[in-house]
Amino acid sequence: MTITEKILAAHCGRKKLVPGELINAKADLVLANDITAPIAISEFKKLGAKDVFDRSRIALIPDHFAPQKDIKAAEQCRMLRDFSREYNLDLYFEVGRMGIEHALLPEQGLVGPGDVVIGADSHTCTYGALGAFSTGVGSTDVAAAMATGECWFKVPDSMKFIYYGKLNKWVGGKDLILHTIGDIGVDGALYMAMEFEGETIRNLPMHGRLTMCNMAIEAGGKSGIIVPDKITRRYMKNRAKRPYTFYKSDQKARYASVHEYDCAKILPTVACPHLPSNTRPAEELFEVAIDQVVVGSCTNGRLEDLIEAAMVIKGRKVNSNVRMIVIPATQEIYRQAMKKGLLEIFVAAEAVVSTPTCGPCLGGYMGILAEGERAIATTNRNFVGRMGHPGSEVYLSNPAVAAASAVLGRIGTPEELGL
Amino acid sequence: MLIKGRTWRFGNDVDTDAIIPARYLNTSDPVELAKHVMEDADREFSNKVKPGDILVAGKNFGCGSSREHAPIAIKAAGIQAVIAKSFARIFYRNAFNIGLPIFESSEASEKIREGDEIEVDADRGTIRNRTTAETYKANPIPDFMQELIAAGGLVEWTRRKLITHNT
Repeated sequence: MTITEKILAAHCGRKKLVPGELINAKADLVLANDITAPIAISEFKKLGAKDVFDRSRIALIPDHFAPQKDIKAAEQCRMLRDFSREYNLDLYFEVGRMGIEHALLPEQGLVGPGDVVIGADSHTCTYGALGAFSTGVGSTDVAAAMATGECWFKVPDSMKFIYYGKLNKWVGGKDLILHTIGDIGVDGALYMAMEFEGETIRNLPMHGRLTMCNMAIEAGGKSGIIVPDKITRRYMKNRAKRPYTFYKSDQKARYASVHEYDCAKILPTVACPHLPSNTRPAEELFEVAIDQVVVGSCTNGRLEDLIEAAMVIKGRKVNSNVRMIVIPATQEIYRQAMKKGLLEIFVAAEAVVSTPTCGPCLGGYMGILAEGERAIATTNRNFVGRMGHPGSEVYLSNPAVAAASAVLGRIGTPEELGL
Repeated sequence: MLIKGRTWRFGNDVDTDAIIPARYLNTSDPVELAKHVMEDADREFSNKVKPGDILVAGKNFGCGSSREHAPIAIKAAGIQAVIAKSFARIFYRNAFNIGLPIFESSEASEKIREGDEIEVDADRGTIRNRTTAETYKANPIPDFMQELIAAGGLVEWTRRKLITHNT
């Protein structure tokens, strides 16, 4: 069996599972945010449940339009707070303790290897980086799971993605996953578990793994997953709030397909409008002028991402035609960035630094594009209207390319700055 | 279940930001959401669509976000069903969970033109094009999903399960 099949089997009391089976599996953590929880809460009320299944395993995180951007958003956020108080939930995170959900939960050790995690947010697939089965579901799924602790799944087929060779300079997890989506397309892994492995992955730090699994959904994947190893163990140490289990795929496990990538051939990669699969090497896009740069999001708003952007922008200025917005993904990342002097570097470069929020990534607020404006962002989607006006454009990249582009005023690479 | 209606056509990879842009997600009121359905794919759509109409799209319909607001907006606009070559998986489960009928059919997705009058026989899994007199086959709906439909969606299915557990 694959790691995915093993984790699911363990969560539905079975020894063996095959792809295609429909199961009800126990969830170790159930998650929703200020956009999806309001529907989940109102549906939960219709269930007639006396209580939630476990008050320590439901996380409600106001991150999309929080700090509350307008009255309607404030009403939605209040629903999360009221519900959390009513049911005495442990995992409600108020602004000031909050962070972008998919950065916050791993950071706080609230998800771990071997878990089944469901979240009413498509990027819930992020925690596969820890060796968990985690996937995005709808609000009604979360409503049912808050009552029963279970969720229905079709056991997915797995696709294997093998990466070998040394990474080029300024290439990281973001480039690997963009390159992969560019190769297989936005529905190339539809309904599938994407299992990432190979020597490059074994050497890839946790933040890069989180970025890769985060974007599995952008290839249509049900989940992304990496078999846990010593990097996982080091990451979980002093962090895990619950016991966890390492699973690994059998040698003879069956895969729907196997894809191999020679990383020596992968350059800093950019996804052009309006699909994450529309990828090109950053160096080919030097004629694309930009108006805005966003460094942040559940994809690339971690400390290492900010360090990467700071290395590029340090001692330089954001181009006079550009606004640059840096968003540390959690309060802890913000604090670390402050201690390490990263915030000073960004502000001195005339970028702005925001409190944690999903904000502009989904066109919520805090950096919305006008008609005809163009952004390069370390976020995950570049659909029509994603960051604002339907006539605006979003290019997706890693933090180093985004920062270099901020200086150049057009899409470019750190090499062009002599780095 | 027999669903009859006039069709609207959309292409491949229609994402949830096109179905209901995030700028409207500061509410989950179905009536409000319906006012902006498909807005970033066709700005005039909410004025053109009539209750009872059916959407027909290409592959990977509903890709992107997990927002249940997407099938809710479609349903609240009075759209009876969505037919596509394939659906993104979260949209697929959301549609069944909230009781929006959806059908996978490559043939129907390729051949139906905008404005065709069609008739979907959900029990038989057939789609009849009354404008061109063609009939297409839809992929069978898995047993469990049929159970969900019969129960009236996931909330009702779960509610019954909770009652059985507690008695």
